Amino acid sequence: MDPQRKRKIRLVVALSVAVLLSVALIYTSFSASTEAKEPSQLLTAAPGTSYEMTGKVVRGSVRDHGSGIAFRVVDRDGGGRSLPVTYTGTVPDPFRGGREIVLTGSLQNGTFVGEPETLITKCPSKFTTKSDA
Amino acid sequence: MPSLGSALLALAFLAAVSAAVIALAGRNGDRRRVDLSRRVVYLFCGLITACVAIIELAFAGNDFSFNIVQQHSSIETPTFYKLAAMWSSQEGSLLLWAWVLSIVSSAALYATRNKLREIVPWATAVMMGVAAFFTGLMLFAPDVDPFATLSPVPSDGIGLNPLLQHPSMMIHPPMLYSGYVSLTVPFAFAIGALITRRLDAEWLRSTRRFALIAWAFLGFGLLLGARWSYTELGWGGYWAWDPVENAALMPWLVVTAFLHSIMVQEKRGMLKVWNASLIVGSFSLALLGTFLVRSGVLQSIHAFGDNTVGPYILALIAVVLIGSTALIVSRLDDLRSEKRIDSLVSRESVFLVNNLLLVALTAVIFWGTFFPLISELFTGDKASLAAPWFDRYTTPLAILLVLFTGIGPLLAWRRVSWASAKSVFLVPAIVAGIAALVLALFSDVTHKPWAFALFVFAAFALTGLGQEFWRGAAARRKLSGGSMPAALVAVVSRNRRRYGGYIVHIGIAVVLIGIAASSSFQTNRDVTLKPGQSTVVDGRKITYVKPTASVSRLAFSAGALLRIEKGDQTFTLSPSTRYYRLTGAAPTGIAGFFDGQSDSEIGLQAGLGHDFWTAVRPDISAVERRARAADKGFESCVSGAPGTPPQCKLVAATMLRARANPSLRPAALALIAKLQDATAQNIAKSYLADDSPATFKVIVNPLVTWMWIGGLIALLGVFVALWPSRGRRRGAFVRTEGDALKEAKYREIRDAELDHAAGKLSDEDFALLDAELRKEAVQILDRV
Repeated sequence: MDPQRKRKIRLVVALSVAVLLSVALIYTSFSASTEAKEPSQLLTAAPGTSYEMTGKVVRGSVRDHGSGIAFRVVDRDGGGRSLPVTYTGTVPDPFRGGREIVLTGSLQNGTFVGEPETLITKCPSKFTTKSDA
Repeated sequence: MPSLGSALLALAFLAAVSAAVIALAGRNGDRRRVDLSRRVVYLFCGLITACVAIIELAFAGNDFSFNIVQQHSSIETPTFYKLAAMWSSQEGSLLLWAWVLSIVSSAALYATRNKLREIVPWATAVMMGVAAFFTGLMLFAPDVDPFATLSPVPSDGIGLNPLLQHPSMMIHPPMLYSGYVSLTVPFAFAIGALITRRLDAEWLRSTRRFALIAWAFLGFGLLLGARWSYTELGWGGYWAWDPVENAALMPWLVVTAFLHSIMVQEKRGMLKVWNASLIVGSFSLALLGTFLVRSGVLQSIHAFGDNTVGPYILALIAVVLIGSTALIVSRLDDLRSEKRIDSLVSRESVFLVNNLLLVALTAVIFWGTFFPLISELFTGDKASLAAPWFDRYTTPLAILLVLFTGIGPLLAWRRVSWASAKSVFLVPAIVAGIAALVLALFSDVTHKPWAFALFVFAAFALTGLGQEFWRGAAARRKLSGGSMPAALVAVVSRNRRRYGGYIVHIGIAVVLIGIAASSSFQTNRDVTLKPGQSTVVDGRKITYVKPTASVSRLAFSAGALLRIEKGDQTFTLSPSTRYYRLTGAAPTGIAGFFDGQSDSEIGLQAGLGHDFWTAVRPDISAVERRARAADKGFESCVSGAPGTPPQCKLVAATMLRARANPSLRPAALALIAKLQDATAQNIAKSYLADDSPATFKVIVNPLVTWMWIGGLIALLGVFVALWPSRGRRRGAFVRTEGDALKEAKYREIRDAELDHAAGKLSDEDFALLDAELRKEAVQILDRV
C-alpha cells in the first residue's frame, strides 16, 4: 500500500473513532443528567422523578428528623412558597439556615426527599463582595 | 495609606501600558527601546509589589479603614491567616493575579534578555497587555478596588471564614494562581513567534521551563485542594467533579500534553500547529478558570460573588481565542511539519497518542462541566452531570494514560526495531504479569476490573521506569566505573530533564494507584452510637468511649472519644464539631455559638496501608435549648424586672448603677461576660452528661496516603528537571541562537548514545540514527 493511502485510511479511522466517542458522550450526558429546578418549580413537579434542587435554606427551619434532618427551602432569590425537605446522611460543615444548597432527590407526598451524599452547601465567604454576617 | 495604594496601582497600570507600547515601538530591532520596555516591566513588578505590601501591612496592623481588611479579617484572626486573607477576597485575588504575573513576566524577560530578539517585543506586549487588563479591572470595574475605604472606621472586622483557616487552604489559591498566571509566558512567546513567523523550536526551549513551572504549580495546587477537602471538610472525599475543580484540572491536562508534544517539535520539527493550539487552549482554559470562580453561571460548592468582573474576563477570553485562532490560521504555511513520523513504534508516536488521550480527557471534562449551559440551550432546562458520568469516561482514559506513561519512556525517538522493543519491554511485561497473577489469586481486586487494570498497568510503568534508571546507571558505570549509586547520581545529574521527567512519571503513577485504590475499595459508613456502645466497620471494632466538650471565646466544641481496635492494634481518635460564634456583629448570647458557622475537626489515623477517617455530628439540641434558656435568664436578670430571681441581684444592681453612670458600663459588661463564660462552661459540661447519640461518618480508605506521597515524588521530579545544569549556572545560557541549535543537536546525539548504551536502541538502529543526527549537526555547523 502506498504511504499516501495508508495515511488517509489512518485519518479516516481516527476521525470515525472520535465521532463515535463524541456521539456516545453526547447521548449519555443527556440521559444521565438530572434536571435542575428551584423549589417553587418543584411544588408542581412530577413525584418520583429525580431532580437536582437548588435553593436557599429557610433560617430557623432546620430540625432533627430521625437519623437525618428536615428543613424548608425557598428559591435562591428568596421568593416563592417554601418546600419541605428531608435528608438523611452526613451534613456538610457549612450547612445552616440562610445558605444556598444543591440537593438531588425526588418528591414524595409533597416532601422533597434528598438522596444521601448529594447535599452540597455553598462555601459562603470566598469571593463574596458583600458580607453575609 | 489607601490613597497611596490607589496611586501606586494607577502608576502600575500606566507602567504596564507603556511597557507594551515601548516594546512594540522597538519591534523592528531597536535594542534600546526593547531594553527600556524590559526595565518598565521590572518597574511594574515593583509597583504591584508595593501595593501588595500596603494591603498586607493593613491586614497585619488591623487597619479596618480598608474595606478588604474589615471584610476578611478581625482582631481575633491569627496572624498567619491575616497575611493570607488577602486572596480570600475578590479584589485581593485580582491583585494576586497581577502580582504573580508581574513576577513571572520579569523573570521571563530577564531570562531571554539576550535571546529571541524578534519575538521578545511582541511577547512583552502580550504579557503587559494581560497585566494592564487585570490592573485596569481593579481600577475601573465596580466593587473590586482593593484600596476601597470605610468611613467611619469600624472597630473590628468580620473575620475569615473558619473553614478557610487551614494551612493548605492558604497555600492552595496562590499555587493555582501561580499556575494559571505562569501560562501567560509560553502563551505570550507563542503569539510572538507566530506574529514574527519565527516558528522553529527556539521559543519553546526558552519558555519550556515556564510551562513546566505552571504545570507544577497547578498540579500542586490541585493536590493541596484535595488534601484540604479530605482533612477539613467533614466529607472525607478529595474530588467531586465540581466545576471549579474541573476548571483547574483542564489547563493542567492540556499543559501536560503540551510539555510532551513540544519535545516532538524540538526534536523532529513536527506538530507545530498542535503545539500552538495547545498553549492557546491552556491559557484560555486558565482564564476560564479565573472566570468561573467569579461568575454564577455554574452551580458549584465554591460560592460565587456578585458577578462584577465576569463579563470583562469573558471578553478577554473571546479576544484571546479569536485572535489566536486567526493568527494560527494565517500562519499555517509556516507551521508545516519539517518531517513525518518514521514509525508507529517510536517515542513521538506514543507522545501523539498520549496527547490525544489528554485532549480527549479535557474534552470530556469540558463537556461535563458546561453541560448545564448546553442543556439549557437545547432543552431549556439546566441539567447537570454527576460524578458517575465523569467517572465512566475519565477512568478508562486515565488507565490508558498510565499504560502509555510506561511505554513512552522505554521507546527511543524516530524508530525502534523489534529486537530493541523486545529487550526493553520484557522485564516490565513479566512484572506486570506477575502483579496481575498475584492480585487475581490473593485479593479481591478483580471485582473492580478498572482498578485491576490500573494496578497492572502501573506495575508495568513503574518497572519500566525503574529499568530506565537501572540501565542508565549501568551504562554510565561501564563508561566511567565507580559504584552503582554514584553512577546513578551521575547519569541523573547529566540528564536532568530526562530523569526528572521519569521521576514525575513515577509520582503520577503512584498518585493514580492511590486514587484507584481509595475510590474503588473504600468503606464508607454512617453509624449512630450512644456513649459506651460499639459497632464493627470493615473488621474494626469502634467504641464510642465518651463525649467531649469544650468552650472558648470563639467556639463551642462538642465531640467524642473513639477507640478503634483491630487485632492487637488499638488507637483512639477524638473527632469533634466546632460551632463558631458569629463575629463582627454585636455581642450575642451563649446561643450565638449555634447561629454561626460550624466545622468538623476530623479524626484521622493515616497509614501507608489504610487511612481510618472519622467525623462526628453530635446531637446538640439539648445543649442549644439550655443555652437559649440561659440567655433568656440573663435578659431578665439584666432588666431587673419584678420577679427577678434572687441570685441575679448583684447583676441587676450593677446594671442599674451603670445605666445611671456610663463610666461604670465597661465593668458591668465585663461582669456579665464573666458570668456568661461560666454558664457556657457549665453548659459544655452538661453535654458530657447528656448521654445523647452521635452520628459518626467512618471511612476506611486504602492506600490514600500514596496520593500525597506520589504528589511529592512528582514535585521532586520537577525540581530535578528544572535544576540548572552546570553550564547554565556558569552563565553559559547567554548565547546566540546558532549556538543554541548546535547544543540542542549535540544533546540529541548524547541522548541517542545513552539510549544505545542502555540497550534501548539496537546496534543497527543506533548506527542509522547516529548517522542521521550527525548529518543534521554538520548542516547546522555549516549554517553557523
